[in-house]
Amino acid sequence: MTYNDKVVRQFVVVTVLWGIVGMLVGVIIAAQLWMPQLNFDIPWLSYGRLRPLHTNAVIFAFGGSGLIGTSLYVVQRTCHVRLISDKLASFVFWGWQLVIVAAAVSLPLGYTQGKEYAELEWPIDILITVVWVAYAVLFFGTVAKRRVSHIYVANWFYGAFILTIALLHIVNNLALPVELGKSYPIYTGAVDAMVQWWYGHNAVGFFLTAGFLGMMYYFVPKQAEGPVYSYRLSIVHFWALIAIYMWAGPHHLHYTALPNWLQSLGMVFSLILLAPSWGGMINGIMTLSGAWHKLRTDPVLKFMIVALSFYGMSTFEGPMMSIKTVNALSHYTDWTIGHVHSGALGWVAMMTIGSLYCLIPRLIGEKKMYSIKAVDIHFWTSTIGVVVYIASMWIAGVMQGLMWRAFNEDGTLTYSFVESLVATNPYYLIRLLGGLLFLSGMFFFAWNTWKTLSSKEMKPITASEPADWGEHA
Amino acid sequence: MQGVDVDMDVNIFRGVILIILMIGFAGLWVWAWSGKRKSAFHEASMLPLEEDLGEIPNDEARMTGKDVHHVN
Repeated sequence: MTYNDKVVRQFVVVTVLWGIVGMLVGVIIAAQLWMPQLNFDIPWLSYGRLRPLHTNAVIFAFGGSGLIGTSLYVVQRTCHVRLISDKLASFVFWGWQLVIVAAAVSLPLGYTQGKEYAELEWPIDILITVVWVAYAVLFFGTVAKRRVSHIYVANWFYGAFILTIALLHIVNNLALPVELGKSYPIYTGAVDAMVQWWYGHNAVGFFLTAGFLGMMYYFVPKQAEGPVYSYRLSIVHFWALIAIYMWAGPHHLHYTALPNWLQSLGMVFSLILLAPSWGGMINGIMTLSGAWHKLRTDPVLKFMIVALSFYGMSTFEGPMMSIKTVNALSHYTDWTIGHVHSGALGWVAMMTIGSLYCLIPRLIGEKKMYSIKAVDIHFWTSTIGVVVYIASMWIAGVMQGLMWRAFNEDGTLTYSFVESLVATNPYYLIRLLGGLLFLSGMFFFAWNTWKTLSSKEMKPITASEPADWGEHA
Repeated sequence: MQGVDVDMDVNIFRGVILIILMIGFAGLWVWAWSGKRKSAFHEASMLPLEEDLGEIPNDEARMTGKDVHHVN
């Protein structure tokens, strides 16, 4: 029995490709915020249409392909079994690519449901549902056929990600279609807002957190060449994390028409979330205990450890920002954008990149990328890029918050809105440079991936025999 | 309802659910930290490493009789 690594390789290649595309669109809209003329008065180049293209491309095309690809690699290795169906695997790959292309065409044309991170119109939503169910059957079917008794913790995280995204996607996208490119959500008013941010924050919790923790729990021990620090902790923080994340959504709606008790509930659950989040972060970082010297020579491990550090930082920052009084300052400012990118670039992208640098050479039976030097350059462009990005947005955000709440003695506003925009402009330029730096590293990633994968033929890898302790009853 | 001292309403149901979940969570800690699970958890935690470290002979090794511990 061999593993199906063809589908893994396909997903790996598109992860690199969509990463470049998604981040490039991000750089373009960052440039537009600095210099609005850069939309050239062309509707499909306008900020309002490209911004959802950016978020969908980096989350669902780059992050999604990375998650699906690594999950299919991990589930085979840790279950000692080939995916249940090669045809279904191909369907998941091509179906997901079709979703991405449909998004890349429809969003610039202006088709949108107007729901953040759920902009895609109903025909694409139905396609996503079909592909996702196929993915779930492929993943859980493989788990069910496993030849070891234990289900490794990475699969629990991937499994939670797959199940919850199905639930979130279907509930938040329930809509009445009026024509092919237009629909209305079945929810109205504050209920609509609550459903949207129940979806939105759980997309953070289960797509951008649980899924990537699954990646972390397989690839960090593999690269560090030692088992995870505490397997017990991984189980306890798994259940705590998935139970608590579900309730944190209302912190996106502080000081809105949402009932006040619900806002406070969201805040309290967000604060509690610090514990299970840091459980994962500590577990990942401590996996390196006794092997810290490897950080000096292995840039792949550096990617992973810096990713975990950003995970720790943004899961501390998030609960702080959910406190209503802090939120009164931070909400609607660029602080939020800084926070999101500390998670999305620092944690999600750097964990994906590190994991793929571990996975890619193994597809051709090697352990190292073609160029370690290029991995190191990529590490530094990414790290410096994120720091420049989030530092500029923190400063800009706090400044905006302070300017917007400043009053004169007679009760009038000290600053007009446009004055805060003028003050923000230099920080938009710094942010653009940080984004450019992060994007530049992605080209080293693409070159290195191409060089590695083309250096040797891919040979089918034989599935591990079940260990005697793990006979499947 | 005659003869029933406590009014059963949705809030009692919510409280019961909360207590069940809290007991369940404490039970999870006890289970995860029990000595009985130790060896199983250790074996599970080795799953990501076996392919590289070659602790477990693969098909090839079994069939050729040689100890082909991953040649990566």
